Amino acid sequence: MTRRFLASAGVVGIVVAMVWLPRVPVAAQVVPLAPVKPLIPAKTAKPWTAPRTPDGQPDLQGFWTNNTYTPLERAKNVTKEFFTEQEALKNAKRAAEAEGEQTEPGTVADVHYDFTQFGLDRSQGGMALNLRTSLIVDPPDGRIPPMTAEGQRRAAARAEARKRMGAPTDAVQNLPLSVRCIIMDRAGPPMLAGAYNNNYQIVQAPGYVMILVEMIHDVRIIPLDSRPRLPQNVRQWTGNYLGRWEGETLVVESTNFTDKTAFQGASANMHLTERFTRVAEDVIRYQFTVDDPATWAKPWSAEVPWKKTIGPLFEHACAEGNYALANTLRGARAEEKRAAEAATKVSK
Amino acid sequence: MRNRFRRSMIVTVVMVAVLSWAATPAAGQARGAYRAPRTADGKPNLNGIWQAINEANWDLEGHSAAPGPVIALGAAAAVPPGPGIVEGGPIPYQPAAAAKKKENFEKRLTLDPEIKCYLPGVPRANYMPTPFQIIQTPKYVMMVYTFARAVRTIYMDDHKEAPADSWMGWSNGHWEGETLVVDTTGFNDLSWFDRAGNFHSDALHVVERYTATSPDHLLYEATIEDPNVFTRPWKISMPIYRRLEKNAQIMEFRCVEFVEELLYGHLRKPTSK
Repeated sequence: MTRRFLASAGVVGIVVAMVWLPRVPVAAQVVPLAPVKPLIPAKTAKPWTAPRTPDGQPDLQGFWTNNTYTPLERAKNVTKEFFTEQEALKNAKRAAEAEGEQTEPGTVADVHYDFTQFGLDRSQGGMALNLRTSLIVDPPDGRIPPMTAEGQRRAAARAEARKRMGAPTDAVQNLPLSVRCIIMDRAGPPMLAGAYNNNYQIVQAPGYVMILVEMIHDVRIIPLDSRPRLPQNVRQWTGNYLGRWEGETLVVESTNFTDKTAFQGASANMHLTERFTRVAEDVIRYQFTVDDPATWAKPWSAEVPWKKTIGPLFEHACAEGNYALANTLRGARAEEKRAAEAATKVSK
Repeated sequence: MRNRFRRSMIVTVVMVAVLSWAATPAAGQARGAYRAPRTADGKPNLNGIWQAINEANWDLEGHSAAPGPVIALGAAAAVPPGPGIVEGGPIPYQPAAAAKKKENFEKRLTLDPEIKCYLPGVPRANYMPTPFQIIQTPKYVMMVYTFARAVRTIYMDDHKEAPADSWMGWSNGHWEGETLVVDTTGFNDLSWFDRAGNFHSDALHVVERYTATSPDHLLYEATIEDPNVFTRPWKISMPIYRRLEKNAQIMEFRCVEFVEELLYGHLRKPTSK
């Protein structure tokens, strides 16, 4: 049931995105990058030392993308941890073609932007070719561990609550968060790629690492000092995140989430650890570990390469031009009215 | 003779400085007298969490205390009085624009973009009643605002013409001694300057000057030019204060969620809960 609801909400999200024309043109950079060099699996990578900022931090600054076609969880019919380079290239090509075909007449998505024109097709933004068969690296089967009984009960209760709210188009609050321009589903943290505009700018000043997220102009200002955490009762959509350097790696630990994003079913007490390591001039290795005993018996971890891309990032005003939201609701009300009128006619 | 001339010149300059300090107290916290600590690249270090403390967001111009526009909020949202931050008299509106401003004010409950959690624009972002953070590097000066999570990238070395209109505009910056000068164009015509309906068109051009006047104060000046709306450029100025709390930080204020019922509640299915 949860799945079905999510699927239908997802469809609404996609449909809405199709007609969503922002007031301000905010197309992502459309200039295709040169073909990316394959990212050697982390274990065999030659150690590479990042340059330093003037205050001595490893330098992560620049424009990055975490575009990927690699699924979070390993497909059931795949049994190995890594594809060969040839297999990975073939998969990426197939995925890019499938994405581009969304503009084919007669398909469900034929009213959308021309993917090839507007840089929406992820392959155009450039991406590190990931040889991994899943982003999840632990557990070794590449899949999210089974939920605890408590986690399952919470998921069921959440599904029940959603059902009580009615259809997705009954009220604005029923629609997916990203359609409402509150937060992008996969923007996190943990930070995963969505369908497009998966672009980030990292800026570092003494005491801070700042990550500008293109989607909905979101910003993470990560402090590097030893300040106290926010009180337990203070909750934020993106958590309360504190950072520190461990050698070459920026480690960011987040708590104080809400139960509104529920990453993969996690509770608001999820403890998230993210690691950013620049492993090459043009690649940051992004790792995260989700620790949430209320949902999973053991922590699980994933890894995504971030590839250097080109800037600048443009303003992504989202709520300001969200005509689709009103139109989706208005459309649903109009259909209900028409159905009611038709019913009255029949009864007469 | 020459020395005496020079000396008298210095005296004159000092006197003018003192006089202008007296005439414009906001602008005059001994500009030039304070030298800010430097960043690694030798520029004044403006990093920090900052906030304006004044009534400009209610009305840039001087105004008396007044009841707020929402009866239910009583004294909590009544308009606090302010002497105004506009220099040299009222905002120089063209006649048609003055009428539009008046209409904006009358319909402010439905028209003010702040109420809808829209991006606040410039200069308004700088005197919203919530803090913003400056993150300064040689190439980019980032300004991250609490309100609506607005963000501005000030391009310090890669100056470009605005590629498209936007809410927060396109900002090119440079240093003039102690002062960060930010030149912003490429605005849309949708943001306002305050809750009183002061507004602009998409021809808006804002030149801002950020000057540290003490370890914990910035002098903020903005020259506002818009040939479609005003008869001449005009200027605002105010101090901006450092937030000194040990745990000062830009917290999450995703106000989009808070305005959904206001903006879309009327489109709810009548039978839905």
